[in-house]
Amino acid sequence: MSEVKQERKPEEFTNREYEAGFVTDIETDTLPPGLDEGVIRHISAKKNEPEWLLNWRLEAFRHWQTMTEPHWPNVSYPPIDYQSVSYYSAPKSQADGPKSLDEVDPKLLETYAKLGIPLREQEFLAGVAVDAVFDSVSVATTFKGKLKDVGVIFCPISEAVRDYPELVQQYLGTVVPTGDNFYAALNSAVFTDGSFVYIPKGVRCPMELSTYFRINALNTGQFERTLIIADEGSYVSYLEGCTAPQRDENQLHAAVVELVILDDAQIKYSTVQNWYPGDENGLGGIYNFVTKRADCRGKRAKVSWTQVETGSAITWKYPSCVLRGDDSVGEFYSVALTKMCQQADTGTKMIHIGKNTKSTIVSKGISAGRGQQSYRGLVRIAKSAEGARNFTQCDSLLIGDTCGAHTFPYVEVKNPTATMEHEATTSRIGEDQLFYCQSRGISEEDAVNMIVNGFCKDVFNELPMEFAVEANRLMEVSLEGAVG
Amino acid sequence: MMIKIENLHASVDGKKILKGINLEIGTGEVHAIMGPNGSGKSTLSNIIAGRDGYEVTKGSITYKGKDLLAMTPEQRSWEGVFLAFQYPVEIPGVNNTYLLKAGVNAKRKHQGLQELDAIDFLKIVREKAKLVELDQSFLSRGVNEGFSGGEKKRNEIFQMAVLEPSLALLDETDSGLDIDALRIVANGVNHLRSKDRSVVMVTHYQRLLDYIKPDVVHVLMDGKILKSGGKGLALELEERGYDWVREEAAA
Repeated sequence: MSEVKQERKPEEFTNREYEAGFVTDIETDTLPPGLDEGVIRHISAKKNEPEWLLNWRLEAFRHWQTMTEPHWPNVSYPPIDYQSVSYYSAPKSQADGPKSLDEVDPKLLETYAKLGIPLREQEFLAGVAVDAVFDSVSVATTFKGKLKDVGVIFCPISEAVRDYPELVQQYLGTVVPTGDNFYAALNSAVFTDGSFVYIPKGVRCPMELSTYFRINALNTGQFERTLIIADEGSYVSYLEGCTAPQRDENQLHAAVVELVILDDAQIKYSTVQNWYPGDENGLGGIYNFVTKRADCRGKRAKVSWTQVETGSAITWKYPSCVLRGDDSVGEFYSVALTKMCQQADTGTKMIHIGKNTKSTIVSKGISAGRGQQSYRGLVRIAKSAEGARNFTQCDSLLIGDTCGAHTFPYVEVKNPTATMEHEATTSRIGEDQLFYCQSRGISEEDAVNMIVNGFCKDVFNELPMEFAVEANRLMEVSLEGAVG
Repeated sequence: MMIKIENLHASVDGKKILKGINLEIGTGEVHAIMGPNGSGKSTLSNIIAGRDGYEVTKGSITYKGKDLLAMTPEQRSWEGVFLAFQYPVEIPGVNNTYLLKAGVNAKRKHQGLQELDAIDFLKIVREKAKLVELDQSFLSRGVNEGFSGGEKKRNEIFQMAVLEPSLALLDETDSGLDIDALRIVANGVNHLRSKDRSVVMVTHYQRLLDYIKPDVVHVLMDGKILKSGGKGLALELEERGYDWVREEAAA
């Protein structure tokens, strides 16, 4: 029809699209690219690690050398040259480790402030404690003292190795073994920092704990390792956020997260992943190859993963729940958005071992532009898992006709008493829905946001409030220009 | 004059649907457009509201003195055009009130007025919901999500009441309604009749016109308005069908 539509030019918003794309100009201590035993010894020495940890790393490295990169995910990318990556980069000013926030390089504080993460405790409104990880090292952890008063340990994992070696040694690698998969093995060999959390028996952590990961240095991989232990009857809500500068080169991020949950304990783990996604032609962006697993070791242990994945050029992650303890509960709530040339192969694994274990999977995938997305989920009911239940709901929303959504559900049931429910839908944002909103006075772009947010509502409802607001905003920014 | 349509020709996928519509609707008037299936009734209301997929090949629509075809659908809404859908669309997870508030505030912004806050808006919404006997619980449900056919149509009139349009197009609003629902919807529309508001009802049946009395009745057939008249024309159509209109026009 002869209507003049106000089409927005893509150039108008590409600059605004990724708000965290700036680079911090800071002097770094960076290892030259390459990986061999010497590099691992160097990292270990830099961190003054005990010998057991060095040996643990070396064993992982030797194992890694025998493994091959997995190519089963439904994503494609040119071969990665693991020798062209630098495995350690730290701001120089951090070399001796700042004792307090006053010693933290102002440039770093500024970087986090720019990202909306103030590290000065008095600037905090809500009760959220933050561990800020910049490239390979943790640069600041807030509220450490206040948490220590109730017995909660929240610190960089490198510090935990030094101060709580017996806890680290007892649990590290027990959920995700060093040889679990290619990227987990690589991470075990070269991990540099990450957060460590221990919630003692019966303690309800008085504030949200949060780690904010930032990749800054060029050609550097980030290999963080997070270990959270919820002792009997304890509770913690943990949040994780990530951003990186806008660069033309791809960067590798291969993290491992291990959660240990004992009797009657609960961990709520929320992620808002906003690594640089690359540009509209698929140039640059983070390869986000992550292994996350929770081990419900105790009876009535509960874990819930909530993830909002909007960033990265390629995402490969399956936050999983091993439901070992009787009556333990695993939940996975996910919103993943792929736009431009982003690819994601993501989902979860629910491994039911204990009796009357229960799991819930709610996955919402949104594809726009030339984005490709796969949901891949495994529900395994072991022979021992009498009375296990699973509910899976997996919905895909397509925006435009050049994107794709794929679903790969795997189900293995070895116990006949199990109850399984699976629902899946694929829908397209209809011209009808858009026109309906527009005819009520809502612009096309606002209408898309509204429809997508409605689609994601079940998952956003699971996020802590501050994060839900952030997630809504992030979706809006990410969707800018998704239609046009 | 609310709207003036002159020699409007339009096609869908190359197929000519409208072949020279001429129609004038005065401010405050209620018009009914009747006609058999496939005559172009819905096409006309969709083109006025700005739905994609129609190609206007000739003619013009002047709305309140402005070129309506140059506006986006949302601009038309801000200027006071409202379409009650024949098949209201479901938008899961999007709160009914939230959608309306966004629409109303976008319009207010366009008019240079201050946006309404949640409390003021809720007051308006509650009051308007009574007009179509819509239960309060519908306000917080997803847009048309799981609504019955009748509830969807009532929701359309409720939205119309909240958006307070100057020109309301009711596209087959009576279809699929039982007699009670029809009465409720018609009451709602009658409440909204005013000297500043024009209403266009697109319908197959004269049944609706028993409840909402039109000032003018038009017969749309073969892509043209073949006949216009008063309320009596609708009764005549019911009695005699449509063929005689075509014959008369051809003669």
